[in-house]
Order: sequence, then structure tokens, then C-alpha cells
Amino acid sequence: MTAIVAELLAGAKRPIGRADQMLDVAEWAAAAYARFDHRAVDAIVCAAAEAGHAKAAALAEAAVKETGFGVVAHKTLKNQMTSRGLYEHYRGQDFCSKRVRAADKVVELPRPAGVVFALTPSTNPVCTVYFKVLLALMTRNAIVVSPHPLAKECSAEAARTMAEAAERAGAPAGVVQVIDEPNLALVEHVMASPRVQVILATGGAPMVRAAYGSGNPAIGVGPGNAPVLVDATADADAAARRIVESKSFDNSVLCTNESVVIAEEAVSDKLAAAMARYGAVMVKDDEVAPLRQALFGAGTFAVDLLGRSAATIAQRAGVRVPASAKVLLAPIDRVGLDEPLSREKLCPVLGFIRVPHARAGISMARALVRMAGAGHSAAIHSRSSETVMAFASALRSLRIVVNAPCSQGAAGYGTHLAPSFTIGTGFFGRSSVGENIGPEHLINWTRIAYPDDASEPMGDFAGLEPWTSLGPLAGGREAPMSLGVLQEGAPPRAPKTAHAAPRAAAIDEMAVLREEIRRLVQDELRRALRS
Amino acid sequence: MASPEKQQFIADSIQYWNPGKTQAWQDMQVDLVIDRRQGYFLFDMDGRRLIDAHLNGGTYNIGHRHPELIEVIERAMTRFDMGNHHFPSLGRTALAKELARICGGDMHYTIYGSGGGEAIDIAIKTARHAKQKRKIVSVMRAYHGHTGLAVCAGAERFSTLFLSDRPDEFPQVPFNDLDRMEDALKGRDCAGVIMETIPATYGFPMPVPGYLNEVKRLCERYDALYIADEVQTGLMRTGTMWGYQRYGVQPDILVTGKGICGGMYPIACVVVREPYAGWLKQDGFGHMSTMGGAEIGCLVAMKTLEILERPTMVAHVNYVSETMRNGLGRIMDLYDDFFVGIRQCGVVMGLEFDYPEGAKPVMKHLYEHGVWAIFSTNDPRVLQFKPGVLMSAALCEELLERVERAIGLARAECLGGARGRLKSAA
Ligand SMILES: Cc1ncc(COP(=O)(O)O)c(C=O)c1O
Repeated sequence: MTAIVAELLAGAKRPIGRADQMLDVAEWAAAAYARFDHRAVDAIVCAAAEAGHAKAAALAEAAVKETGFGVVAHKTLKNQMTSRGLYEHYRGQDFCSKRVRAADKVVELPRPAGVVFALTPSTNPVCTVYFKVLLALMTRNAIVVSPHPLAKECSAEAARTMAEAAERAGAPAGVVQVIDEPNLALVEHVMASPRVQVILATGGAPMVRAAYGSGNPAIGVGPGNAPVLVDATADADAAARRIVESKSFDNSVLCTNESVVIAEEAVSDKLAAAMARYGAVMVKDDEVAPLRQALFGAGTFAVDLLGRSAATIAQRAGVRVPASAKVLLAPIDRVGLDEPLSREKLCPVLGFIRVPHARAGISMARALVRMAGAGHSAAIHSRSSETVMAFASALRSLRIVVNAPCSQGAAGYGTHLAPSFTIGTGFFGRSSVGENIGPEHLINWTRIAYPDDASEPMGDFAGLEPWTSLGPLAGGREAPMSLGVLQEGAPPRAPKTAHAAPRAAAIDEMAVLREEIRRLVQDELRRALRS
Repeated sequence: MASPEKQQFIADSIQYWNPGKTQAWQDMQVDLVIDRRQGYFLFDMDGRRLIDAHLNGGTYNIGHRHPELIEVIERAMTRFDMGNHHFPSLGRTALAKELARICGGDMHYTIYGSGGGEAIDIAIKTARHAKQKRKIVSVMRAYHGHTGLAVCAGAERFSTLFLSDRPDEFPQVPFNDLDRMEDALKGRDCAGVIMETIPATYGFPMPVPGYLNEVKRLCERYDALYIADEVQTGLMRTGTMWGYQRYGVQPDILVTGKGICGGMYPIACVVVREPYAGWLKQDGFGHMSTMGGAEIGCLVAMKTLEILERPTMVAHVNYVSETMRNGLGRIMDLYDDFFVGIRQCGVVMGLEFDYPEGAKPVMKHLYEHGVWAIFSTNDPRVLQFKPGVLMSAALCEELLERVERAIGLARAECLGGARGRLKSAA
């Protein structure tokens, strides 16, 4: 077609129209999927998780190639943790069946949200897609993923991998979909659509705010900026190892990564020396300014250094470090607006500041979170429960990770927090949920309540399945074909019971009947042809 | 009760427009005058909302006034008008290329008409030219439009009315009857067979398995072309782009109309296999139509096809048609002495009522309950039920609720209850 014709056809309504068609199908899929039982759902989740796991390494590589962020090996690990790992974590938990609470005379029916609209980031693209898709599948929701434009290809591939596996395992058609060509206008349109029941927003603050402003229920997360306090009671060597491990993990693109080390004077030298042994390089005092300039010279964080290696960043700043450097430590003397290096840094650069005692460290950590990252995460390395308690209650943070790497620990890896790639920042962080997001956040419950008066007995719900009264459901797989009974060539009218049965019955019985009709008619046809 | 304005309007329609047609609807107690339209809704001039399950034969397949079609018309109008049909044009060639891609194989040339009937005439003329024979076999009680040749392939009622019948050139055979089809063809004097893949106006009787394939084989054996009238069965309504694909038949000539124009800008198309399009080379001016292939219509058709080819489309049609199948099946269980059968291929559906002209009371009660669906002129026991391919889950649910109530009332009127009996006695 000529350029003129192509141009006339390419109106602004085209992407919106495409997205609306996706949402329509998502709505159909959600309606069908909401009536699946736990066994069927488990098989679907398992299939999707396994398919994701099989592509963990390939998609990790694709993500690094497409975005330039992070480390392939670490991304592979995350992709594994958010596929098979997530499935195994929640295996055995049932978000599909009724719960009878006889003592309270209450029966609870899980009600999926319907259509989940998921915004996924460029920093953790594949694992966030995996994570959100599996959450939706566990809870019988349909999901439409809108990836960050910088990571659209690997994200779309991730979503499609799970979608295909889920459908092969019996999920309704269109239960997982992805927007291939996301842009701001389109995302705003979908966020505000009445067909979307909940937005799961991970991404930059403007996107999260837009999600909340859309008028639809939203679960959004705010930015992080985790302080890590190391007090005099800490095992300095272990603390150093954990911090370097956390900060270098995937070049620090997890929003739970440590931002500034706050070291009590008494252990600070020992800590710094130990960190050096584990691969951190303390830059010289006169190298801090060029480093600051490289990262924040433009006023905001240099996006082109996001998720890059320590060596790359050092080179950009004109600082000489060994190629093996895992983390750059930048000595700073204050935190707050007048020290950009105390802001969130999604790259392996850590502020390092000394304080005379733990109390001063706590107020400095509090100041850091006041500036940015409220409701998110913080870490402390200490053997003093009092200091941990004082730290936790002083900070407006909702996760305090103790004696563990914060990147992983706050996200639920190596701790007993829920494993999550969507970290609720709660009211402190202008979000609706303060925990690590899990499947429970994507369902509501219908509660059947009897009076507390003992004279009114509770009904017997044993053996009752919630959705059986609603009749057969569509799976989006095949447009049915059937002959009537009054037309020429129709099979003789079946006795009443026989024709009543298939309509209410399961899909495979329909297929058998259809086959039978086909055969009958074909026989008849053959006879007719011979005569 | 209609408002005074509407009563006056209907009187005017009888006086100035079409007395017979206007009165016929009043006699069937359907006093519909359509005003506003939006999506799958019609709004009567008195403001009453109806779900459109007639879609004017699939014309509004993707809904009324689809926003993307409005946009493309607005954009096209900044540059184009209908165009000059004598010359190659950007829009016409672009659409022809698209249709060649979509139809595949050697379905190569597209010829344009301004409406379905004209396109059928073109198809018949093309077959006659290709085979240098006159006879065209059609199916009794089929409907192909009312233009000069198309009307001869349809019911006598309309061809004899205007003294336009030509029975010698247009033999007709019963649907689903291969012996009669073979009898008609075996003299080898027919240029073609014209088949609605599923005859709409006859109440969508479904081709029995193998029937269409066998008709095609008979065409090959007796040197006739197979013309597929896909005016109502094309454009994803059966779950595939063209209905014939669902039955595994490859036509020699395809006719598409109605839905291809999105109900917005008239156009109809004939797609012809390369070997049978000889007249386009011999005398390209052979068929002319100033408004055939109007350029804005071409752009609308391209947009319509684009919408229908989107990756969500197949699942969407399947959901709508499965849901209708399941829901209507449950209704059939409730009223199985009246509502006896569902003819279905995707969203192409005929509902059978075991009562003489049973679809008419059903139509009337549906109309009273906010649903517009039309009976089948050529078999009034059958209601043509044509949901849109882009219907939402919620709208399907509402439609089924309304259908259930209306069928219950129609059944009571026809079979049971004193009121029903009194009425039919009167
Ligand atoms: C199957 C079929 N073919 C052809 C036509 C004629 O189309 P038009 O009314 O656009 O001339 C119709 C119209 O109802 C039809 O249903």
C-alpha cells in the first residue's frame, strides 16, 4: 500500500482500538477462568512457571542485551526464582476454593479481581512479568501486561511464553496478554478503562502516580532508598560480605538495594577493610566529586548508568579501579538534598558515612528515608535487639532487614517475607498496600454470614461447589457449529433426554455428541449420494 | 405506545416513502424507527434502547459507528472523495492487494460494486464470461440481492414482481440436496453455481458436512465455477475470515458486502481467481460503476479488515459464539416444546421454533424486551440471530437474559395460556 494510504489508516485510535479489543478478550477470559477449580489452576500455574523457568537464561540474556542493565547470571537467577521458585513457594496454597469457618458461621468465596493491568519495569523486566503473570494465574485473574518501552521485546516474549503454556494447560484463550508497542497515551487509556479492575504498577514515580490517578483501584509502589546501618555489635566481616553481595546483585537494579552505608565509628574501618576484601572499592576523597558529577551531574540520576557495572561507572567518572571491582564506595559527610549521592542509585555505587554512635546512625537513616524512599526498605547489621527496635520504629520504612543482604532480603529471598517483585510502600510511600505483593492482593472474598445467635443454625456447605449452578462456560477455543432439527438434512430429532444432556454437560461430552452427529449425517449423505 | 411524533412519522413514511413495507412492520407490532446508534445498540426515535442482534445481516458486524471507522473516514476526507472510477486509484488498488493477500492462492483480482447486489451481478457476469455459458444454478429460497441478475438467482416473489424472472437461465435446486445439484449441472451447460455459504434469508440452514465440498467437486466435474456469496457469512462471523474456510471449500469467485463497509461507507467486492478474470484483460471497461469502489469506502474496508485480523479476534468470536450456544441451550431446556433447535456456525445463528411462523411472535417479544432480531422471510419458523463479533461478556449476558424472557412470553402466546389462544383465534 502506498505511503498515503498507510498514513490515512494510521490514526490515533488504532492503538487504542487494539488495546480495547485485548481488554474485551481479557474480560471474557477472566469470566471463564474465575470458575476454574484449584486443581485445574494449579496445573496451569505449574505449566506457565515451568515454561518461564525453561527460558530463564535465554530471556536474562535478551533483557541485558535489550536494556543494557544488570548481569545475565543474576537475572537468570531472578527469572528462575520468579517462575518455578514462585510456584513452589505458593504450591499447596489455594486461592480458588471456598473456606468454611464454622466457628464464626461464615463461608468465604474467593472472588478474583477480573482483569489485572500490570506495568512492568525495564530494570527487572522478565522477572517482574513472570511474577505478575503467575500471581494473576494463581488467583484466576486475566492479566494484560504493559512493559516498559525500553524492555518491550524481552518482556513481551516472557509474557507470551507463559501465556502459551497456560493455554496449552487449559487456561481460557487470552488470559495472559501483552501490549507490544506501549506508549504513554495508550497506557493512560488502558489504566482508566472500566474493563480494568486493578492496576499493578511497578515503575517510575510518575507512572505509579498516574495509576493512582486513573480512577481505577491500583497497587503501586514508591521508589526505594534503603539505608543500611552497621553498629558496633555487628559482625563486621559478615555485614561487609552481605552488603557487597546485595549491592552488586544484578548491578543493583532491585529497588530494595542499599543506598548508603551508615557505619558506627567503632567498626567503620574494619567494615571498610572487609568490604574491600569482598570487592568494594572506596574511591578517594578527590574522586567523589567526579563520581557525583557522572551520576547526578544533570540534576537527576544518569539513566545511561543505571544497572551498569562498577567498572563502567568508574570509567565514566574518570576514576581508576580494578576491572574486578564489584561496588564503588563513595565517602560522604552528610545525607539529604545537598548530597546527591545519598539519593536512590540503581547501580553499584554506595554512599559511605561514619557516625559516632548508633543513635546518630538511626537519625541519619531516618533523614535519608525522609528525603526519599518512604515506606520501602532499610537494613541493619546488629546483634542488639534494642538497636534493631529503635531503628525499626524510628524509620518510616515498612521492611527492616536484619543481618542480611537488603536487595534479596526485603524482596523475600532468604527471609520469611513474601517473595515479591512488587514491594508495597504503604501509606508512608503513597501506596495502598504496605506488604510485599502476593496473590492475596488480587482477590476479594464474598462472605456468607449467619447470625451469631445460636438459635439460627448455619447451613451445611460440605460438598457444595460455588460455580456449578452457573452452567457451562466458554473457553474461547472453537466457534461452535451445529445443525438445527427443523432443516433439511438434519438428523432425526433425538429423544428429549438425549438432547437435553449435552447442553448442560461438560465440553468434552459436547465434542462427542458433535462427532456423533457428524457421523450420522455423513452416513446419511453417503446414502443420499448413492441413490 | 408510540409518541405522537413517532406516530406522525410513521404516517409520513406510509404516505411518502414505502407504504407496504412500513405497514408490514406495524402489522407485526414492530414500530421501530431507528434514531441514534452506538456500538451494538440502536435507539428508537422515542429513545428506547435495543440490543442489535440483526446487524442488518452483518453490516454492523463490528458494531455501529465504530470509532476507528469514523476516524478513518474523517482522515480520508481530508484528501479523497469517491474518486473517478475510470482510473487506477490509491485506495482501490490498496484494498485489492489486501484482499488478494487475505484470500490467498490465486484469488487475485478484486472488482468493486457499490452494494451486494451489484457485486453478485459482477460475479455472475464474470462466471459467464469465463465459461462462455449462461446458466447459473442457485439454491431455492436463497437471497443474493435485487439487482438485475442477482434477483433471478433468488425467490420468484421478487423477480416475477418486476417481470424480470429468467427461469431458463437460472435453474434452482433445494439446499443440501446433492442429487438435484448434480442433475442441474450434468448437462455441462452451466457457467456457475452461486451459494450463500449458509443461506441467511432462509433461516441459516447449515450445510450438512461435506455438502459444500461436494458441490465444489460437482462444479469441477461439470465445468462450472463456484461462486461463494459471503455477504453474510464472511468477515469472521463463522470464526474464520470467510465462512467457506470453515467448511474447507475453495471458491472460484468470492462476493463480500454488508460488513466490509462497516456500515459506514457503501462498498462491496468481488474477488476472482486469476484464471477466471479474463474480461479484465479483454475489456477492462466491461463493468462500470461510478460509485463502485468509492475510494473512501476502500479505506473503510481496509480498516474493517485490519480490525478483524487482529490477534484477539478469533478468541473473541469464539467466546461470543460459545456463550450464545451455552446460554441458548439452557433456554432451550426451559422451553423445549417450542424452542427446538439452534442452527449455528460461530455467530451465524438460526433459532428454530416448532410453530408456524413462530419466529414472528418471538421477534415481537424480543422487540418489546429491548432486542432487535429478525425472522427469516423464507422460513418464518426460524429467527435469524446475529450477535456481533466484538460483543462484550456483559452484553452477551444481558442479551441472553432478555432472550430468555421474550421466548418464554412468545411460547405462552403460541402454545399456552388463555391469552395466547384468544389472540390466535381472533
Ligand atoms: C447473502 C446476501 N447476498 C447479497 C445481498 C445483497 O446485498 P445488497 O443489499 O447490499 O445489495 C444480501 C442482502 O441482504 C445478502 O444477504
